[in-house]
Amino acid sequence: MSGAALPARQDETPAVRLVSVEKTFGDYTALKDINLEVRRGEKVIICGPSGSGKSTLIRCINRLEKHDAGQIIVDGVEMNDDTRNLATIRSEVGMVFQHFNLFPHMSVLDNLALAPMRVRGLSRAEAEKTALALLERVRIPEQARKYPAQLSGGQQQRVAIARALCMKPHVLLFDEPTSALDPEMISEVLDVMEELARDGMTMICVTHEMGFARKVADTMVFMDQSRIVEMAPTEAFFDGAQSPRTQLFLDQILSH
Amino acid sequence: MPPRLKPLLPLLALLFLAGCSDSSYTWGWHVVSPFDSRGMNNLQFLMNGVYSTISVALVSITLSVMLGLIFALPALSSNRWLAIISRIYVELFRSVPMLVMILWVYYGVPLLTGLQLSVFFAGVIALALCDSAFEAEIFRAGLQSIDAGQREAADALGLNYVDKLRFIILPQAVRRVLPPLGNQFVYMLKASSLLSVIGYSELTRRANELVVVEYRPLEIYSLLMLEYLVLILLASWGVRALERRFARSDRGTARI
Ligand SMILES: Nc1ncnc2c1ncn2[C@@H]1O[C@H](COP(=O)(O)OP(=O)(O)OP(=O)(O)O)[C@@H](O)[C@H]1O
Ligand SMILES: [Mg+2]
Repeated sequence: MSGAALPARQDETPAVRLVSVEKTFGDYTALKDINLEVRRGEKVIICGPSGSGKSTLIRCINRLEKHDAGQIIVDGVEMNDDTRNLATIRSEVGMVFQHFNLFPHMSVLDNLALAPMRVRGLSRAEAEKTALALLERVRIPEQARKYPAQLSGGQQQRVAIARALCMKPHVLLFDEPTSALDPEMISEVLDVMEELARDGMTMICVTHEMGFARKVADTMVFMDQSRIVEMAPTEAFFDGAQSPRTQLFLDQILSH
Repeated sequence: MPPRLKPLLPLLALLFLAGCSDSSYTWGWHVVSPFDSRGMNNLQFLMNGVYSTISVALVSITLSVMLGLIFALPALSSNRWLAIISRIYVELFRSVPMLVMILWVYYGVPLLTGLQLSVFFAGVIALALCDSAFEAEIFRAGLQSIDAGQREAADALGLNYVDKLRFIILPQAVRRVLPPLGNQFVYMLKASSLLSVIGYSELTRRANELVVVEYRPLEIYSLLMLEYLVLILLASWGVRALERRFARSDRGTARI
């Protein structure tokens, strides 16, 4: 590789690195030649029209979808069919889903404590202590004993964020975390995410909340038709997008 | 007597009276009358079969549920061969009539293995094998009905296959398949009557034996029907109680 000729950078390994990633569903190519590098602590926000491959991209990172070509390297470990390394990577990468995907048959506390106990081997007491602290952090400590169905959408999504945080992940993935929420609940979730960003969490987030993006993102990524069309530092992205497609998309979304 | 049975009493009385009005037949209920010493003996002989009926049905359904689950899981696997094996199992055992399976296991298998099975053991194997194909389909439907987001959330947290099944998928699936499982249990109670052909001394076998002695098929088989009716009403009452318990503790069914 040409990179080998360059002087070795003293930077730590990137949190996530995608090299020429391709993904197909049957005949349809959902991801084409995706290259992306996310430093530790970096916040990357991905936007783009429906069907452009944003979810697919983010789901490939923790291998909810298997990519067909290229490399995905998380924390210096390549994702492949070796499952032992897969479980480890997954436990290091938190994910927050559009539809929360909380476990409906478990209390909020159990939702949070399950994986730390089963995957990390923590005792119940330890796991619950972390869980309660995180519920505090997402501002719903009083809901610990309730069940997901008894919470509002905004509260459920905050529980989902806390659940992901319980594993102390190095990277958090968000796939449109606020698009299933009623408008009045969006800000309570975005506030929590903003706080996480301030605390230095590495975040890769698909969202169309451009106000949030401006505040939080280091890097903006615009996807269209299965490709990354534009990738730029946030300022540059909003002030003068290079590609007309990006500009059109931004005009549409910002004029709302 | 559970209150549910009360409404049936007038119905039975009506049936009885209708029979009495037919002048061409003289009823001889004394053969099974508790007020007649021989009748009482006969009655006890008949009723004692209930233990055999219940025990063979319980053991069979337990085995069958386990087999059903074992063969339902690979049906959902992404591994094509596992799915095919499961499919073959279901199609094969679903197509064998229970009576044929009973005869085959009891009379056929010993010729192959040189091992004479007890009627109870042969009965259990035959009933469980036939029924397990249906259980497998019930479980497959139950497992498939769980939202894909639940699996993805479990995967994203790094839970392994067994934990995902044990804490996330099965607790939710079992609640949903409880009604059809109850149905299968009722079916099993009735199907156990087929074991009379290999001489297993359950309710039907005993009725057959008594008919030969007393020449009162109408009375004895009527009583036999009543026995099954009571038994099955009790069973379905039990299943409902179980369902209610699951519904009440709605969620709290999964202890980590
Ligand atoms: N499991 C799948 N099987 C087949 N096609 C799929 C699958 N998942 C996604 N696709 C296709 O891949 C393309 C990209 O989907 P993806 O969900 O990544 O889009 P997206 O950018 O997240 O869109 P949205 O904004 O609507 O969520 C779409 O055309 C979709 O139909
Ligand atoms: Mg999407």
